Amino acid sequence: MSLSNTATITWFYACKVEDVPANGGVCVKYRDEQIALYHFPRRGEWYATQNLCPHRRQMALSRGMTGTQEGEPKVACPFHKKSFSLLDGRCLSDETECSLSVYPVKIEEDRVYIGITGGGVHAGAMA
Amino acid sequence: MKIVIIGNGMTSYKFCEKMVAKAAPGSVELVVFGEEPRPAYDRVHLSAFFSGKSAQELEMAPADWYAQNDITLHLGDPVQQIDRAQQTVHSHKGITETYDCLVLATGSAAFVPPIPGVDKKGVFIYRTIEDLELMRDYAPKAVTGAVIGGGLLGLEAAKALLDLGLRHTHVIEFAPRLMPRQIDDNGSALLRSKLSSLGLQVHTSMQTTEILGDTSITGLQFADDSTLPADMLVISAGIQPRDELARLCGLETGHRGGIIVNDQLQTTDPNIYAIGECALYNGMIYGLVAPGYEMAEVAASHMLGAHKAFTGFDMSTKLKLIGVDVASFGNPFTPADQCRSIVFEDTLKGIYKRINITPDGQHLLGGILIGDADDYNMLLQTAKNKVVLPPNPEDVLLGARGGKEAGGAGVLGLPDEAIICSCENVSKAAICTAVTDGNETLDAVKKCTKAATCCGGCAPMVKDLITSTMKSQGKYIRNVICEHFSYSRQELYDLVKIKELRSFDAVLDHYGHGEGCEVCKPVVASILASLWNDMILTKGNDTAQDSNDRYLANIQKGGTYSVVPRVPGGEITPRQLMVIAQVAEKYNLYTKITGGQRIDMFGAHVSDLPLIWEELVAAGFESGHAYGKALRTVKSCVGSTWCRFGLHDSVSFAIQIEQRYRGLRAPHKLKSAVSGCIRECAEAQSKDFGIIATEKGWNLYVCGNGGSKPQHALLLAGDVDNDTCIRYIDRFLMFYIKTADPLTRTATWLNKLDGGIEYLRNVVVNDSLGIAAQLETEMQFLVDNYKCEWKEVVDNPELRKRFSHFINAPEEKDPTIKFEHLREQKKAAEWK
Ligand SMILES: Cc1cc2nc3c(=O)[nH]c(=O)nc-3n(C[C@H](O)[C@H](O)[C@H](O)COP(=O)(O)OP(=O)(O)OC[C@H]3O[C@@H](n4cnc5c(N)ncnc54)[C@H](O)[C@@H]3O)c2cc1C
Ligand code: SF4
Ligand code: FES
Repeated sequence: MSLSNTATITWFYACKVEDVPANGGVCVKYRDEQIALYHFPRRGEWYATQNLCPHRRQMALSRGMTGTQEGEPKVACPFHKKSFSLLDGRCLSDETECSLSVYPVKIEEDRVYIGITGGGVHAGAMA
Repeated sequence: MKIVIIGNGMTSYKFCEKMVAKAAPGSVELVVFGEEPRPAYDRVHLSAFFSGKSAQELEMAPADWYAQNDITLHLGDPVQQIDRAQQTVHSHKGITETYDCLVLATGSAAFVPPIPGVDKKGVFIYRTIEDLELMRDYAPKAVTGAVIGGGLLGLEAAKALLDLGLRHTHVIEFAPRLMPRQIDDNGSALLRSKLSSLGLQVHTSMQTTEILGDTSITGLQFADDSTLPADMLVISAGIQPRDELARLCGLETGHRGGIIVNDQLQTTDPNIYAIGECALYNGMIYGLVAPGYEMAEVAASHMLGAHKAFTGFDMSTKLKLIGVDVASFGNPFTPADQCRSIVFEDTLKGIYKRINITPDGQHLLGGILIGDADDYNMLLQTAKNKVVLPPNPEDVLLGARGGKEAGGAGVLGLPDEAIICSCENVSKAAICTAVTDGNETLDAVKKCTKAATCCGGCAPMVKDLITSTMKSQGKYIRNVICEHFSYSRQELYDLVKIKELRSFDAVLDHYGHGEGCEVCKPVVASILASLWNDMILTKGNDTAQDSNDRYLANIQKGGTYSVVPRVPGGEITPRQLMVIAQVAEKYNLYTKITGGQRIDMFGAHVSDLPLIWEELVAAGFESGHAYGKALRTVKSCVGSTWCRFGLHDSVSFAIQIEQRYRGLRAPHKLKSAVSGCIRECAEAQSKDFGIIATEKGWNLYVCGNGGSKPQHALLLAGDVDNDTCIRYIDRFLMFYIKTADPLTRTATWLNKLDGGIEYLRNVVVNDSLGIAAQLETEMQFLVDNYKCEWKEVVDNPELRKRFSHFINAPEEKDPTIKFEHLREQKKAAEWK
């Protein structure tokens, strides 16, 4: 994941690589906020989004099933199976649905870090 | 032009449909009078009413179809008089309508012979939905049924009596054989022995002289002085054309009834037409729907000035009588000196086939098929189109032997003008053109050409034509799972089995591409579970599970989970109830009794799930799999241990079955029930498999469904003992697991299965595919491999770790979860 302005990103330590199930997600607590973190070991990729599903405002995306749609990584909410792109957070199954905030992820040794831009997480990720 | 139609039955509807299609908009005014209270319905499939089709589902078109097409429909209002001089009709309710053309489509009534006692209670006819409603209401009081008439309709009525639960049903036929108009003596003998094995006693050459009983029927008296007890009787001794109106206004009718018509279906008054079962053409009443439709076509065309003629109609028929194929086509009774006959008979399998060919062996004239009528359409078309027979004409009956393809056979061998759907008169060319135009499914072809929309008998040929036409265009059709797997579920199941793959990644590596998705992951996970029954949360497969399976609990509004321990057969001890009560209080759970006779506890935090289950498992509870596409519950009534009506111990049997199949994963969830007697308190007939005690054993019903599309289960096997019942269930479930599409309940699966319940019965009971032993072994493997998955989680610290909300703060619960108060318990906070 490349971001143009790395200077303003704050990286925080989320968990160990082994804590995240292969081809699945976990929920990470950052201050009072919740971030969903996903691991795609077959592609060697990591993604992070807000944990809140915008559809019915449920803290659930980390428990969703991950996968791809025409190669694009995505997660499906366990409640009503709405799918969201992990690249830009847009809803793939319903154009009128709000998008997710997405965050950069980096791995150092066996540790996973999530990057927060500026002061904090977008409103959408908050409780 | 104003056209009045008397009668709103099948041909009347078809006439309206044809007029709407043919006439210029606004050029024709249509007024229909129907005596029955509802718009025209599918009388041919009338018996489906007893297998759960509603009157509304049987309608040819809803009442607003008539309104949308500007057709005035007067229902429940029979016409009582026709004034030919004034060109008017008068109805019972006092409506008078003028006409330019009048169509009589009054059909026929059941012919009731003048036997003393036909007016007794418990005597029925079989023609309208109202007749069936009366039968349905009376049947629970009856034990022994009888049908007078062993023709096509009589046998159908006998099946209805069996379906209504009358265990002993007799068919009484005056002639020396069954279906005297369609089949020969040998065919009748074979059919009779097949029927008797299904609980239908046939008595031929019997003349009924009296119906016994005071006010209600108690039995039948015959001319040979013998009697037969019966408390319900259906008379199906033929049909009587409804020609009373025609006679009243002076139109010519036949001696034995029927309104005489010419090639254009005009009666002796050229402004009045008669079509369908009331019309007498060339001395003949056509008691089938296809000729009625053809008459509607000819009459409608003639009124609009086109030249078409009715020249008689082929009376070939194919039907399934109580699971036995019976067909006759062309002329099955050509005298022996004008043809050669080839006969094939297999009394063991119950198959009888006879074809008559021209003395020179060139053409097929007609024939009879009993027990196996798969070749009916082909043979009919071969006869109708005078297709030249192969050098060994018996090949058309037996298939080519010695490795060679049968010459001249196959749909592709038929000429373009061959009529594939005789009800709707659709040719082979019309179907192939529709397919080339992009209608590539049976439904699309049905919509576009109307083929296979009536009796459905031609559907297999239409399907063959779709496939062969698409193949000839270089296309291949398959029902693939999703973009990641170009296989159907059944294909993938077989592949995974052969390669013995045990993880989602392995399956993806071998047969898929991409990363998978929420569609294929659960399908593969379910296939793996159905094949190997490994713990579903093994590393690698855990994230392929559907979200609920992944947490072994159902996610509820707000993000908490519900907990449902298994309560086999719904039997629970006071001590177990106390454990549930303690756990629910301790973890602050909302409790409710489920429809499946167990207790559901709602509002558990994900991190509390292992703690809750630790206590439940310690008290002997197991996972109830309420979260999985798996066996849910086997509901039971209290049965013979307490109930004064109970025949057997339904609770013990339900527990045995629930314990056998617990944890079994399938394409969709499975529900079952066991009732201790015919009163059916456990509602077994609404389940995927349901069992009802009989005096001799159990009746096994399959493929029922509650839910949004309720469907009654159908009888798979009757009066079987415990072991046989379980063997049949093993086979049935494994066959379903192997062949169903993803997320298809057994009812939908059966509806899509070619050959329906008869085919399924053949596979499961008669082992027609020779796989029964294999199915049983596979099921036994799954049964032996069962482990309670919650116990495994409770005992395994690695797995327990997965049950936390925050990976980096496992002891904290999701702070956003909120509850509201409700009737001394709690409920999830409302979502926006
Ligand atoms: C149980 C059963 C199974 C069958 N199975 C098959 C099968 O497998 N294959 C097959 O080809 N055929 C089958 N048939 C026969 C088929 O249903 C009939 O051939 C077909 O319904 C005839 O259509 P029709 O419009 O002529 O008559 P109907 O459908 O009987 O319609 C006539 C209508 O006119 C009404 N009517 C009569 N007089 C008046 C009046 N004066 N004013 C107003 N309305 C009036 C009647 O109430 C009736 O509703 C079956 C029939 C039954 C009963
Ligand atoms: S189904 Fe029969 S045995 Fe069972 S409770 Fe009802 S009446 Fe009693
Ligand atoms: S709450 Fe996520 S899809 Fe409805």
